[in-house]
Parts: sequence; C-alpha cells; structure tokens
Amino acid sequence: MLTIENLYVRYGQIEVLHGVSLDVGESEIVAVLGANGAGKSTLIKTIIGWARPAKGECRLNGEVINALPAWERVKRGLAIVPESGRLFRELSVEDNLRLGAYLREEQETKKQMEVVFNLFPILAERRKQIAKTLSGGEQQMLAIGRAMMSNPRLLLIDEVSMGLMPILVKRVFQVIQELPQHQVSVLLVEQNAFEALKIVHRAYVLENGHIVLEGKAQELADNPLVKAAYLGG
Amino acid sequence: MASGYFLTILTFTAMYISLALSLNILTGYAGQVSLGHAAFLGIGAYTSAVLTLRYEVPFWLAFLAAIVLTGLIGTILGLPSLRVRHDFLVLATMGINFVVVSVFKYVDFFGGAMGLVNIPAPSLFGITFRGGVPYLLLTTAYALFTLWICWYLSKTWSGLAFQTIRNDEEAAASLGVNPARYKIYAFGISAALAGGVGSLYAHFLGSVFPDNFVFVESIGMLSMVIFGGIGTLRGPIVGAILLRLIPELLRFIQDYRFTFYGALLVLMMLFQPMGLLGNDSWLWQHLTRWFRSSARSAKEDVR
Repeated sequence: MLTIENLYVRYGQIEVLHGVSLDVGESEIVAVLGANGAGKSTLIKTIIGWARPAKGECRLNGEVINALPAWERVKRGLAIVPESGRLFRELSVEDNLRLGAYLREEQETKKQMEVVFNLFPILAERRKQIAKTLSGGEQQMLAIGRAMMSNPRLLLIDEVSMGLMPILVKRVFQVIQELPQHQVSVLLVEQNAFEALKIVHRAYVLENGHIVLEGKAQELADNPLVKAAYLGG
Repeated sequence: MASGYFLTILTFTAMYISLALSLNILTGYAGQVSLGHAAFLGIGAYTSAVLTLRYEVPFWLAFLAAIVLTGLIGTILGLPSLRVRHDFLVLATMGINFVVVSVFKYVDFFGGAMGLVNIPAPSLFGITFRGGVPYLLLTTAYALFTLWICWYLSKTWSGLAFQTIRNDEEAAASLGVNPARYKIYAFGISAALAGGVGSLYAHFLGSVFPDNFVFVESIGMLSMVIFGGIGTLRGPIVGAILLRLIPELLRFIQDYRFTFYGALLVLMMLFQPMGLLGNDSWLWQHLTRWFRSSARSAKEDVR
C-alpha cells in the first residue's frame, strides 16, 4: 500500500529524517513509536504532503507521490488525523464531516456519515454543535471521523492519544483496531507505545531520525530495549 | 441644493457598500488580507471611461466589460499572491495598488495625471442616469446584487471552502481542497465586483483621475470591513455606511478623515478585533441576546 524508501527530510539546514524506510500493507495497522523530537510528526507530514523530502521516495500503490500536493494525495486514498485535530473550530460537527468528504459525491457523503456516526454515536448527537464547544475527546473523535469521511484506503494518525483521558484512549484505539474491517490501513504515530502495541500488527521505533528497530507488535513489546525505553521498564 | 448633496452622499455610500462587500469576499471569507482594493475600483473605472469615451461603446456594454476585465486582471494579479502569505501578501497587494495607479498616471492613453473627463452619463433603456434619485437607485441595485452574490457564496460549497483555507490552509488541503484554486477564485470575484463599482463611479463623477484610486482609498475600504465586522454580511454594510456618514455628519473631521479611519482601526484592533458587529463582538452578542429574550417574551404573551 505505502512504501517509504530512504527518506531524508530537512527543515532549512537541519536534517530531521536521515534515510527512513518503512512500509504499510493492505488492511494493516502499523505504528511508528518514538520519543518527542524523534521525527515522527515530520514523517507523517511528509507522507501527507505538508513537508517535502530532500531525498528518497514515497510510493502509494506503486505510484511515486513525492511531488504531489496534499489534495492530490487525498484523491489517491490518503487521509490524515493531524496532531491536535486541526478541526475547523467555528464550523459545526456536520460541516466538519461534510468537508472531510469534499471529494465525494453527495450520495456517498450521506452513507459515509452514517458509518462515522456508527463509530462515534456521540457525534450524531452533537451534529449541529460548533466544533470548538466539544470536549477534547469528542474533538479527537471528530478529527478521526472527518478523516474517515473521504473513505480512505490509508489513514495517517498523528499522536491521537495525546491529552486524552485513559478511558478515551482505549475507546479511540478500539475504533482504530476495527478499521481494517472497513478495508482501511493505518499508519499510527504514537508516544504511548504501551497502548499502541496492543492494537497494531507491526511497529517501527524511530530515534533521532533513524529507524532503530522494527518487528511484529508482540516481538517489540517483549524486546528488553523497548521495554526499558518506551514501556517504563 | 441640500437634497442633491444628500443624494450624492447616499450614492457614494451605496457604492462603498458594494466595495466593502466585495473586499470582504477576499479578506473576510477567504482570509487574504488586501490593501490594494482601490486598484480594482480604478481598473473598472478606467475601463468603462476609455470604452465609452474613445470607442463610443454604450454604457451597459462598458459596464459589463469593466466587470469582466477587472475580474480577469484580478485573477492574473492574484497569481503571484499564491506564493506569498499573510503580511507579505498585504505588501504585495499594496504594490499592485501603486503599480496600477502609476500606469494610469504615466501612460498617455489613460490621460495621465489630468485623468479622463467628459465621461458620458449612463443611459439604459432610453433613460439617462444623470445623478439624483435614478443614479442612487442604480448604485443601490448594484449593492443589492453584490449582497446577493456574497449571500449566495456563503451558502455554497465555495463558501465553506473559503472558510477552511482562511482557518487552516494545510488542513484544508489534506481534505482535498485546492487552496490555490479558491484563492484565485476569491481574487477574481472580488475584483470583478469592485470593477463594476468602478464603472458606476466613473460615470457618476463624469471624470476619473489616478488620485481617486490611491493606496489610502484601499485603507479606507479595509477599515470599513474591519470596523463593521469582518467575514459577516452585515459587517461591511454597516461599516461602509458608518464610515461614509460619520465624516459627513461631523464636518470638522472631514479634513481628517483618514486620521479618523486610522484611529478607529487602532481602537478596533485593541478592543473589538471582530468589529462592531462581528460574531464575537460585544454589540452583536448583546443584540442577539436582546432579540432572543424579546422573542421569548413575545411567545409567552401569545400564550
């Protein structure tokens, strides 16, 4: 589905990613774990098209997407749940969702909205409410819902657990875990390795812009290095 | 004649309502702050003046040509703005204003600093609009047309797309919205509507001079949008009315009009950045609360 090969990303003079390679298969959930500043968000931003790689390749279903602007990537099945949601705060829940289906037909939008309301019934209750009046957890759900509205093939999720109550983290991760049933693959970037490793199939560990470890979720959870660094011993 | 004077003020107010509303499409809806809107007023005015004077084109054709041509030029001038953001865009639009005024001033075809005079009064269906009530109706009709366009835009997909690029361009792009397309679109519509006002302006005054379209005029238009309440329909209308009428009523500020505009802008930015009637403004919140409670008590009275 998604293949990243030898990716280098720079902000001005500072290189943030030094040759990252990874891949996400069909209906697979993959996590990129790492501490603050490891380059996780940069990786996600490069895949959606907010940052440009200096070197290397991003391929989506075999097509090189390096030079495509974000809206072209969305047409090809990518969607993003950005860090802290980046909702349109002055618009209603419904309008936020409708915008998520910007590229879709009216008919499809209605159908997809039902799918999202099934995932998050609370959003159906709040559909007329202005986004900024939602609680933090509801906003996070709306961000996921909005991304789901485009009926993506690959969902990029940036730090979805940040600032959420543990019970909501569980709920949100439960939803993510069910996404492959809807033929959606997921690339998840997380600091919360403990919860992430419970739901993903595979994971990569990113440190200072390098992939230092990769493997099946269980292998990583059992790895003494991962335990020491990310799972609190 | 006192009533003639009054009609002139109202006619100008109607034209400035259209200008403020058209600028609001670009700046309020799409979030692209422009300090060059007077340039588009000028392009429309000169287009209409040149066509009727030099080529004896009938007014209504020149009027349509002013709208179309200004819209096209606005679209083209909007292109470089795609590469710049925020404060740099403001500078770029200022630059556009200066360049356009210089062209009027230094190109002989446009009459140079002496401007173009003896522009004929418009005639439509055999009626000649020579100032007075007929011209007020003409400019008011155009203001209503502008208002309708703005209202229509705010109800469509484009209206929603404008809001998304104003709030978060990157997020909008990641939903499939092409920000460049909508910015150009906003530039085009905004300029076209201002161009139409330009035509009405030229034929009302009967003459155009480069100095009518200088940079401070653009500041005046932006002040109306901000003072009234940026991004709303009511705001630019109220802003244009108040900022045109207050200096007329208080004659002593007439000479200091731009001092007054400037001071007002500073005060608004400090205390009411959403404008007098913006969505979160003090006055608007009180008005809506009052309307709601009186609606409620009216309902209870019925019971």
